[in-house]
Amino acid sequence: MRLSSKHLTLLILAAIVLVAPLGFPSNFYYRIGSLIFVNGLAVTGLVILIGFAGQISLGHAGFAGIGAYACALAPQYLGLHPALAMLLGTALSAAIAWLIGRPILRLQGYYLAVATLGFGILVTMVLANEAPITGGPDGHDVPELGLRKLLETIGIDLSNAQFWYAFTGLFLLAGAWLALNLHDSPSGRALRALHDSEIAARTVGVDVARYKLSAFVLSAVYASLSGSLLALMNKFITPDAAGFLHSIELVTMTVLGGASSVPGAVAGAALLTLLPQVLTALQDYEHMILGLIMMLVMIFMPAGLVPSLSRLLRGRT
Amino acid sequence: MSFALRTAAVALLLGTAAPALAEIKIGATVSETGPASSLGDPEAKTLRMLVEEINAAGGVLGEKIKLIAYDDAGDPNKARTFATRLIEDDEVVAIVGGSTTGTTMSIMKVVAEAEIPFISLAGAIEIVDPVQTWTFKTPHTDRMACAKIFENMKTSGITRIGMISGSDGFGSSMHKQCLQIIGDYGIEVLVDETYGPTDADMTPQLTNIRGKEGVQAILNAGFGQGPAIVTRNYGQLGIKTPLYQSHGVASKAFIELAGPASNGVKLPGTAILVANLLKQDDPQYGVVNAYKKAYEDKNGSPASTFGGYAHDGLRLLVDAIGRAGKAEPKAIRDAIEQTKGYVGVTGIVNMSPTDHLGLDLTAFRMLEIKDGNWALAQ
Repeated sequence: MRLSSKHLTLLILAAIVLVAPLGFPSNFYYRIGSLIFVNGLAVTGLVILIGFAGQISLGHAGFAGIGAYACALAPQYLGLHPALAMLLGTALSAAIAWLIGRPILRLQGYYLAVATLGFGILVTMVLANEAPITGGPDGHDVPELGLRKLLETIGIDLSNAQFWYAFTGLFLLAGAWLALNLHDSPSGRALRALHDSEIAARTVGVDVARYKLSAFVLSAVYASLSGSLLALMNKFITPDAAGFLHSIELVTMTVLGGASSVPGAVAGAALLTLLPQVLTALQDYEHMILGLIMMLVMIFMPAGLVPSLSRLLRGRT
Repeated sequence: MSFALRTAAVALLLGTAAPALAEIKIGATVSETGPASSLGDPEAKTLRMLVEEINAAGGVLGEKIKLIAYDDAGDPNKARTFATRLIEDDEVVAIVGGSTTGTTMSIMKVVAEAEIPFISLAGAIEIVDPVQTWTFKTPHTDRMACAKIFENMKTSGITRIGMISGSDGFGSSMHKQCLQIIGDYGIEVLVDETYGPTDADMTPQLTNIRGKEGVQAILNAGFGQGPAIVTRNYGQLGIKTPLYQSHGVASKAFIELAGPASNGVKLPGTAILVANLLKQDDPQYGVVNAYKKAYEDKNGSPASTFGGYAHDGLRLLVDAIGRAGKAEPKAIRDAIEQTKGYVGVTGIVNMSPTDHLGLDLTAFRMLEIKDGNWALAQ
């Protein structure tokens, strides 16, 4: 059996996740790795929304915030286990995405962008202002997931950083697998059809409204899970997680890596998570260099990093 | 826990290897840019300036200090990453930083796990109450500001007050902490009003307070523009009962915003605000004026309370390293905890196993605004 490009992509991703730690000199690198995976998960969701379905959202960090605060608040107020809280957050995000997605997705282009932007800001404001419940701008503690201790009892002894590297890595691989499957399924084709032309898609019988809504809900679930993972990993969360800047960061990662490409999502997340760490030595120029790299990628690789590079490679061979 | 073991091993290695390196690495992560840059910027400048100063004077234990400073932009997630990097990758022996409560809370979890001493520069009382083994802090708390105000009220014979508080983070936290200790001073709140952080008029709330029989003073817990508006409205309504503001407005900008109505307003502030008014025999006179002069000569901008927090953080740390006799995290931590009578820019610090802040009420000066300027209140 020949490997399909889908399986090849997954294999390469899995290999990177597995092999990279061999070169890690300290726990700090595991931490960076897990941050890349957490961001990559949210960005993979945005690839489904932006890259497949062609819809833009500037408020997806709002869903990350809901997922994160579910893990912080549900254990305290409802007595839920953090893992269940994570599921609750996911369900909540999906429900909210469904509710607001119905009216919002009637909008197009920058109207849609502004409406989603408003949603994100709304979530941040609620989290920051309802201080008696959420702890306000100073943030809220998140309980320990407890899975690492469980693994320890069955003989798998990982440091905290190693555990989160493995755990978030698994989530990213599962998320990528799902997104890649979707890409090649009839639903994925319908999404891509409405991306290219809504009218054409409607003409051939695609239920445009329904597909747009499902892509929005699915990407909200990705964002929510990424927020939950971040909260559980840091054991502390502030409303920044839901903030406008985080939303923009996620969209930038998506577009930089290649909006329609799942490995591009991971590459975009990796680049924007790593660069600030690499550039700390040039602190004063950090933002300039970041901006320059982004401009160059957009000018010379308008399809994004991974699609452009892979086209280049294929052209050579 | 293999992680703790490995960290202990690293710490041990560091402790023995440090003399060979002839350099003591101290880490810092402050919010030099971003929304909290008004705190983080003077902090970073102060840290860099002091390290130069200390090294020029021969360093500590005969070794030079190397400061590794990162800018977390006020983002707790970044602060956590940088704290991890400082400990795991740069292998520092201690960390100073955490400009905001959020970033501090993030860093606290990392240092507790890695067992590295950390001196926070953020305000919240939750940082040191309950006491965390590895975390200390230099800024005074809201509760101390409340106590200072109540102490002043008590000596003025004020026992019944009206309170008006902002509903933002600062206002609600201070409101809560004031009410927790107000009973100890025998003072009673007759009217308790609030306003939103963006409200443009507090006349109704103040009218309520004025109308209440027996109110002897008004206390405004707030930060930003709110207190300036309260003060203006207080002047417009011609209220005669004294007005107390919080340390949240202890800046020149407040006097300018509030205008002439601010004359006679009392508030607790730090020594550095009134450095020129301190008496020669004031214990803080020397350190406050030396820091202020050095900072202003080097940076050309006025020294602030926040820079003072960083000054005390680093000086405390270096002092502790000197007393510990070795640059080893556990020994440094123990030495910080034993700090007695250290005179800093913010106040005089006496740490103990149950007090990781170590300041008392003398850290605050009761100030009064007179003719658009600060004066020491009686």
